[in-house]
Amino acid sequence: MTRPSVVARLALCGLATSALLSGCVGAKEAGDAADPSANADAKDVTLVVSANDVKGGKNAAEAAWIEDEVIPAFVAQQKAKGVTAKVTFNGAGVEDEQYKTKLELNLRTGSGSDVFAADGIWLGELAAAGYVKPLDDVVGDAAKDWDGWDQISEAVQANLSFKDQRYGIPNGTDGRVLYVNKTLFAKAGLPADWQPTSWDEVLDAARALKKLDGVTPLQVNAGVPMGEATTAQGFLPLLAGTGAPLYDEAKGTWQGATPGVTDVLDFYRQVYGEGLGDPRMQQDKAGRDQSFAEFAQNKIGILAEGDYFWRSVICPSEEDCGATSMKNRDEVVGWAKIPAKQPGTGVGGQDFVSVSGGAGWMLSPKTKYPQQAWELMALMSSKEMQEKLSEAQIRVSARADVNAETLENDPLLSFISEQVLPITTYRPSDEAYNEVSLAIQQATADVVSGKSPQEAAATYAKSLTEAVGAEHVAGG
Amino acid sequence: MPSTSPAAERDVAGLGRARALGFVAPALVVIGVFLVFPAVWTLYLGLLDYSLTGAGAQAPTFVGLGNYTEALGDPAFTRSLGLTLVYVGGSAVLGQNVLGFALAWRLRGAGKVVRSGLTVLVLLAWILPGSVVAFLWQALLDRRGGTLNALLGTTDQAWVLDHPMWVIVVFNIWRGTAFSMLLYTAALSSVPRSHLEVARMSGASGWQQLRDVVLPTVRRHVLTNTLLITLWTFNDFSPYLLTGGGPNGASEILPVYVYREAIIGGHLGYGSAISLLLLLANLVIAVFYLRVLRGRTEAT
Repeated sequence: MTRPSVVARLALCGLATSALLSGCVGAKEAGDAADPSANADAKDVTLVVSANDVKGGKNAAEAAWIEDEVIPAFVAQQKAKGVTAKVTFNGAGVEDEQYKTKLELNLRTGSGSDVFAADGIWLGELAAAGYVKPLDDVVGDAAKDWDGWDQISEAVQANLSFKDQRYGIPNGTDGRVLYVNKTLFAKAGLPADWQPTSWDEVLDAARALKKLDGVTPLQVNAGVPMGEATTAQGFLPLLAGTGAPLYDEAKGTWQGATPGVTDVLDFYRQVYGEGLGDPRMQQDKAGRDQSFAEFAQNKIGILAEGDYFWRSVICPSEEDCGATSMKNRDEVVGWAKIPAKQPGTGVGGQDFVSVSGGAGWMLSPKTKYPQQAWELMALMSSKEMQEKLSEAQIRVSARADVNAETLENDPLLSFISEQVLPITTYRPSDEAYNEVSLAIQQATADVVSGKSPQEAAATYAKSLTEAVGAEHVAGG
Repeated sequence: MPSTSPAAERDVAGLGRARALGFVAPALVVIGVFLVFPAVWTLYLGLLDYSLTGAGAQAPTFVGLGNYTEALGDPAFTRSLGLTLVYVGGSAVLGQNVLGFALAWRLRGAGKVVRSGLTVLVLLAWILPGSVVAFLWQALLDRRGGTLNALLGTTDQAWVLDHPMWVIVVFNIWRGTAFSMLLYTAALSSVPRSHLEVARMSGASGWQQLRDVVLPTVRRHVLTNTLLITLWTFNDFSPYLLTGGGPNGASEILPVYVYREAIIGGHLGYGSAISLLLLLANLVIAVFYLRVLRGRTEAT
């Protein structure tokens, strides 16, 4: 007589258990239509806020703003209504990719925060996974009728909208420019009010800077370790300068190995192949921090970065910006708009281009207190609170009324607000964006490490096809 | 056939089937929950196009062996597998093994001070937390102000970028040699002194003593040690802290590849499939060593 062996029986048990549990993966409570009125009259409210900010570390000013301004104000506001509110701030100070992963895992399990900070480009993925829901569904009328929407432009609202529905309140926006070191420019015989009108003029200036000893002429973000910075402040502004955006909303197609993509990769080849930029810095794990440090030490001539660089990396205050602070920033550092490939070849026939994004506040659809969570978000986005944040650290707020009062004192941010935001482009909030962005980073990494632009473009087109399907890829 | 029933004969402890089962049940439950179930679960996830975000998170579809065929056809995977073999072979099978044995052998005759001093140093590399060690190595290898560049007088030498595989292999030898050294120290003390003396009296050189007396005695220790460090190194993630898998994937060993695909890229299904391949590779290695071990045991 033969019995199944112990192993076989164990394996059978395991299989049976997993068959039972297999419904778990991806299963969502089908009918969990959020109830906006849940706990609306609660007398005791507990909320958790999270952001990639930490006191004494990354985005310290915003962390301090949440803990010292927003939370006390919210508690007082609720107390006036006879409600005892307890709000905890759950800060982090890590790379954005890591914060994003943690956030997704939290949302997936339904734990984590009620209100959280998120970058607008993550929205497509989060919404498609069902991790976040439109404000109209979670909050209802209170969100629809909020008076703050009038102060936030359509373009900025779109940062936190998906399929024409609002998912959160934008906190601010940004723009990308070329930063120049005026001291090095003077040494190389270049004008202080430099404004290139084509890629060639950028490269010419870099060639002039190359004659200086110990100077990296031009650094444009590339490579995988730089993450989204590669896509947002390197590849995409360049691509916008070739005439077509990465994603064609009307046709639903992404640019594959198009002439535009190949042109951009060829620009990278000229920068890093001719020794105008330092390819090592783009391959190093801590390359972006190195580029910050070298710019602050007057070792980089031209650097493509966002306004974050100006206000949080090279600000004159050593307390806020640490080792990369530049005491003489306002005298030494200049800026220029990013030119299209040739005058007039940019998207919409523009001469100059930029890419903007922006983070904001969203709420978890699984929050126990949707109304109170919304009130907290609305308070964070109120004129008073946004002004306090801009005072602590100047930035482009999402609110026009706040910008009107705070930006005039900062030359770069008023430049961005007046000259860059009108010509800027936004990244697609599509669920495939993250994957496409990874493919872009890999393509630039290939060029930096010596592959030809055509070869890199072909690999990129292949990854893109795998990510979005051949029917959504244009050109080739 | 013996006269007693086979069941009674097998039941040496006289517990009876039910009570015996009661005794092993807790262990079986723990094994089931923490070993069998996760393995089967990984197998199951590997059959889905399950992802961390997007539509693949809400309603993953069944793709059968799609993930596996994709992995085997992906040049990044095969390159990663190759790098893993180099890493394991270079740092564990050769590096840690040989260096650990050499240290244990040399230290036998050394004075007490030298021996304990060296042992502490080697052990220190092993017991320090990974993140601390990674930070120390970053400071050592840094391109601008690194200690190594300062010592060698080289400027602007980016060790991590120019020689990523060398860096992680040397790093892992440095980090893991302590275990082999400890194991071999214990093994060498089991070699009977009299055997060595007889060999010496018969005029055997140091090398001949090692080859003909010591190695046959510690052969099983060598195999056990190699098995353990091979498995550990195969699953080692700490190189990520040094090179991040870069530059451009040049040091992307399999655990890093899984991390990049599953966590950064969000392809949980694909990551599970690769993890299972990793598990299979581990099993093959383990079975291979155990076979050799058993063969050797029977031969002696």
